[in-house]
Amino acid sequence: MIQTENLTRKFGELVAVEDLSLQVGAGEVFGFLGPNGAGKTTTVRMLTCLIAPTSGTAIVNGYRVGKEDKHIRRTVGLLTESPGLYDGLSVEHNLRIYANLYEVRDPAKQVEKYLRMLDLWDRRHDPAATLSKGMKQKLAIARALLHEPRVLFLDEPTASLDPEAAHMVREFIAGLRKEGRTIFLCTHNLDEADRLCDRIAVFKTRLLALDTPANLRSRVFGRKVVFHLRQADGAMAEAVRKMPFVKDVQVIDHKLLVALDDPERHNPEIIRLLVGLGADVQFVGELRRSLEDVYLQLVKNA
Amino acid sequence: MTKIKTIILKEWAEVFKNRFVLFTVIFMPLFFTVLALVLLFLTRAAGTGDISSPTPDAFFRACPEGLTAEECLQIYFVSQFMLLFLLTPLIIPVNIAAYSIVGEKTTRSLEPLLATPITTLELLAGKNLAAAIPAVLATWASFLLYALGANLLLDNPRVVAALFDPKWWLAIAVVGPLLSILSVNFSLMVSSRVNDPRVAEQLSAVVILPLLLLFFGQLAGWIFLSPRLVVILALILVVLDALMVFLATRLFQRETILTRWR
Repeated sequence: MIQTENLTRKFGELVAVEDLSLQVGAGEVFGFLGPNGAGKTTTVRMLTCLIAPTSGTAIVNGYRVGKEDKHIRRTVGLLTESPGLYDGLSVEHNLRIYANLYEVRDPAKQVEKYLRMLDLWDRRHDPAATLSKGMKQKLAIARALLHEPRVLFLDEPTASLDPEAAHMVREFIAGLRKEGRTIFLCTHNLDEADRLCDRIAVFKTRLLALDTPANLRSRVFGRKVVFHLRQADGAMAEAVRKMPFVKDVQVIDHKLLVALDDPERHNPEIIRLLVGLGADVQFVGELRRSLEDVYLQLVKNA
Repeated sequence: MTKIKTIILKEWAEVFKNRFVLFTVIFMPLFFTVLALVLLFLTRAAGTGDISSPTPDAFFRACPEGLTAEECLQIYFVSQFMLLFLLTPLIIPVNIAAYSIVGEKTTRSLEPLLATPITTLELLAGKNLAAAIPAVLATWASFLLYALGANLLLDNPRVVAALFDPKWWLAIAVVGPLLSILSVNFSLMVSSRVNDPRVAEQLSAVVILPLLLLFFGQLAGWIFLSPRLVVILALILVVLDALMVFLATRLFQRETILTRWR
């Protein structure tokens, strides 16, 4: 649904986006992670034909950016960083305007559908200014969905929302995923990306990494398994270290922290060895690094 | 056309919620109408006196043959203020259009709007018409009201005919809308280049100055608004309007507006 090839955008001497090449498949929730000023919004603006790339190509929904912009605008939805509503106009009027601009076939019906879906129907006559931040964000999402786009660009959808409103918006995005829409999610909320995204791109002017959250973790930190023992000693650690597939062993209190590539395959062998050495294995679990650790490591190395 | 109509209705819904704009659209033309009628009423009773020496040449030029000096004096005074009717199509659009683009910038509603399939021409046409239509309608309505009032106040058909000669109908019907287009596009141009609504309004107000010069020029007797001058003015405005529309469209750079706005 989205394909870019060496997409670059410069503002004078400043390079905002450099040689971005990626592919996003249909129905995928794609996380685009990066610090402030990394070029995330510039990328979204290029992909939604708001600004032109300096070089490189991008294809969205089968249409080429810069050549078939009108088709792209018709078929994608954009949630901008700030809702950008007409505060003095009613909730319903805000949506009616966009339904007409997108030439939606039955504007009244479509507006009602999304107002009901987002629990805003009872507030439809109220001025947008009177809505809470979370409700405003929901209204902006409804606006982006009115013309039923197959690709949706969400730029920081939960930024500056309180936890409850952010949760509400996240639940809605999860619902959109079930409908099979392709979602390009710009965020610096790592927990959100971890929960919602199939794949994540870590980006800071250029692409630093692109993979599933699990693969990113193992790529950056490797996989580590923690063996909780009743009593751990140096001999046990030494015996495990000698196993050919083990990369590293650390003893922390009564735990053995073992680095290895394929825990599913090798954990039973390690457990057998430890039991043979007289260890009481209490439980075994994978050490799960947070996406934040992965992200910070990648950005630090950039 | 749906998109242009949507923009027009959106602009009106937003702008007429602002009491100041509503006040400008209704009160200002009404004020000019009342002012002209009061002048007409006051000069109705003017005596002939000695009007030969201090009277400007314009006085005699404004006076058709066969009218008395008293009638000529009345036509002369009232004609001076008729130019005020042409201020309406200049001022109202400034209040509406100056805020038009910069307002969308400040409320951050411009980006989602530009992400829709609307073209720059459709967007500007919508914003143009949204500002020009109320101005032109207000001008025409106030002039018609004045014409009606004048007919009721004056019992002299010769003075009425002289006051409402084709020059003024041409000025109100043609020059008015042309002035409106000039004002709207100038204000839109300013509005898309600045980031502060107050700056936009102040800069846009500059467009009123040439008409004020004409007004005071006529009061001072330097300029006399003849039918020929009205036609010349209309032709100049056609050229200026074309230039303004071209510039406003060229200067509305979607990308620059989005990336330079913080």
